[in-house]
Amino acid sequence: MYPLQRVHFEKIDQKSVNPHFSPSPALQQLLSGKALLLDELNEFVSILGIHYENGYIGYKEAISIRKGSPYCNRCGTTEPFHFYNHQCAKCNQMCTYCRNCIMMGKMQSCAKLVVWTGIIHPFPSRQNPLHWKGQLSEGQKTASDMVIETIRAKETCLVWAVCGAGKTEVLFEGIAVSIAKGERVCIATPRTDVVLELAPRLRKVFPTTSIAALYGGSEEKNVYAQLIISTTHQLLRYERAFDTIIVDEVDAFPYSMDKSLQFAVAKSLKDISSLIFLTATPSTQLQKAAFSKKLKYVTIPARYHRHPIPIPQLKWLGNWKKSFSKNVIPYALHQWFKQKLQYKIPFLIFFPNIELMNKHLPLFQKEYPILEAVHAEDPDRKAKVQRLRNNQTLGLLTTTILERGVTIPKLHVAVVGAEEDIFTESALVQIAGRVGRSADCPTGEVIFFHYGRTRAMIRAMKQIKSMNVEARKKGFIYDE
Amino acid sequence: MMNKECFICRELLTNNFSWALFSFKVKNSIICHVCRSKLQTLVGPFCRKCSRMLQEIPENLIHDDLCHDCYLWEKHSMWKGILDSNKSLYSYNDFMKEIIARFKYRGDLAIAEVFGEDIKTYVVGKEYDMFVPIPLSDIRLNERGFNQSEVLIQIAGLTPTKVLIRKNSEKQSKKTKKERLEVSGLFEILDNIDVNRKNILIIDDIYTTGATIRNAALELKKAGANRIESLTIAR
Repeated sequence: MYPLQRVHFEKIDQKSVNPHFSPSPALQQLLSGKALLLDELNEFVSILGIHYENGYIGYKEAISIRKGSPYCNRCGTTEPFHFYNHQCAKCNQMCTYCRNCIMMGKMQSCAKLVVWTGIIHPFPSRQNPLHWKGQLSEGQKTASDMVIETIRAKETCLVWAVCGAGKTEVLFEGIAVSIAKGERVCIATPRTDVVLELAPRLRKVFPTTSIAALYGGSEEKNVYAQLIISTTHQLLRYERAFDTIIVDEVDAFPYSMDKSLQFAVAKSLKDISSLIFLTATPSTQLQKAAFSKKLKYVTIPARYHRHPIPIPQLKWLGNWKKSFSKNVIPYALHQWFKQKLQYKIPFLIFFPNIELMNKHLPLFQKEYPILEAVHAEDPDRKAKVQRLRNNQTLGLLTTTILERGVTIPKLHVAVVGAEEDIFTESALVQIAGRVGRSADCPTGEVIFFHYGRTRAMIRAMKQIKSMNVEARKKGFIYDE
Repeated sequence: MMNKECFICRELLTNNFSWALFSFKVKNSIICHVCRSKLQTLVGPFCRKCSRMLQEIPENLIHDDLCHDCYLWEKHSMWKGILDSNKSLYSYNDFMKEIIARFKYRGDLAIAEVFGEDIKTYVVGKEYDMFVPIPLSDIRLNERGFNQSEVLIQIAGLTPTKVLIRKNSEKQSKKTKKERLEVSGLFEILDNIDVNRKNILIIDDIYTTGATIRNAALELKKAGANRIESLTIAR
């Protein structure tokens, strides 16, 4: 995600602005800071021509050819396998379209993107938009100050806050600074769940600010709001829209996906703007940029409850796939599982993939018949997690889908096959971050069961240890 | 390697390396094994006409080896024997619904590639004189930019013969079953192509009640075609 690539915007076909023309406010609000396909502007079809003639909208190619290869002007992909050609009945020619972002409408050679080329009115400035009476911890305060400073100076910074540090509150003051000046702000996060959780919290603390929540099925996609809370994906429709973007959980998606999302962020920032990265687990690249002082950063090394983060333990599991294939739960894992059942401790067992997990679920169910498994596409995911929260079941088998955003008191976790590629450094830190989150039970077991140590495992442990050391040094931790 | 991602779910394709690759019998799939496993092939016993799985319909709606829909079609004087048989490749389950929607409505016609091999394999050794697509109305064709039925024929390396044109643009899906049985004359035949005594395969994306395909078959039979079969991706 860092450093952001510069976006080379395609040339816009536009006429000079006629100051005597009064444009449609509805069209202006819909298009300000965006680039949309004609198909997305159906209700305005009859007035597009006149806005173009008077210089208020412009057109640009959806797919252009750069250095002989196709380039998608919405998602920025140049990967040859993202493009497909066909004889098109609309233009009667061979047409190239982008498969990478097709779920947002078809970007093809004969399609055009429409942009607003008239004036964009800023939002009215207002004093004290933030209505919040909470108190920041010392760690949060330091981070909040850096966010404010970054937003004032239109710079970039990284807020590296451990799982359970209370990241959202750290943003409030900074957002307020931008909103007060009439600027547009966006919080981008990879997951819809997070958008849905953040939006009401922000509506509560910014009661007079216009706020829209954008995600796949959102009804607010056409709302012209000052503060946008969006999945990173939805940002692909925006262009030069925001004075401040806060990117939450920068590391949550694999690199392949990251490329278009990175492009989305770069594209929707104004030329002079501020950018805040917020994460518990920065990628190696971000860590390097931070340590080498290329990127300004601040850490919140301690949890709000002032207890250290539990350190993961490594446990050799041997050739666990082989034991499973003989229908035996590997010994060490089995002991651990039985112990949780015996002492009634809530648990999560992470598997590297869905197939392995589902295949071996029955083995675990022999001892605990009500045990269930969850994965990303599981329609009952929410209900299953809720049953765990309600103490209706002791534990779950899961894929990495539950590595983030789950808080269950007294939880213990185990990772099966921690050496597998899917368990990256950040995945492992996030998984460990599920444990000890509540103030009344700040400890718990994190076991990485493995068949060979990996760099990711070692680095994850190191990262957690060094955060605890730093927190102790700064006096953020009460030691027993 | 052409594609690195699964054509459907876009997960990275892992190289499932095995010695079998050297036998040249195993082809590199363009979809991942997870998506492959969600494509549900149909299993017999089938309806003799439309290859519907008889086990998924209640006993009282089965008439010997015909499903209730085909039974009604075959009882009807105008439709009797019009369609010789239909074969469908996969079940129209939720996964398939999603794929077809992306193919047809989102316009991601690369999806057709997934089924190209299946269609090719199906026609091998069978003696068809023509492969006929179901036509779209001009308005719909212009909206969509392509005709899915034609794309499926082309992707299998076959040549579509466009003998039909659509007269009425009203959507089949808006009609009741009874209305569908009564409607005919959805299509017209172009006189400049001779279908007399030809064996024809109609290829389309889905078979629902068979009304569209039977309407096409009716015109072809009226013009003298010998045998009409159809192949659809799903049903």
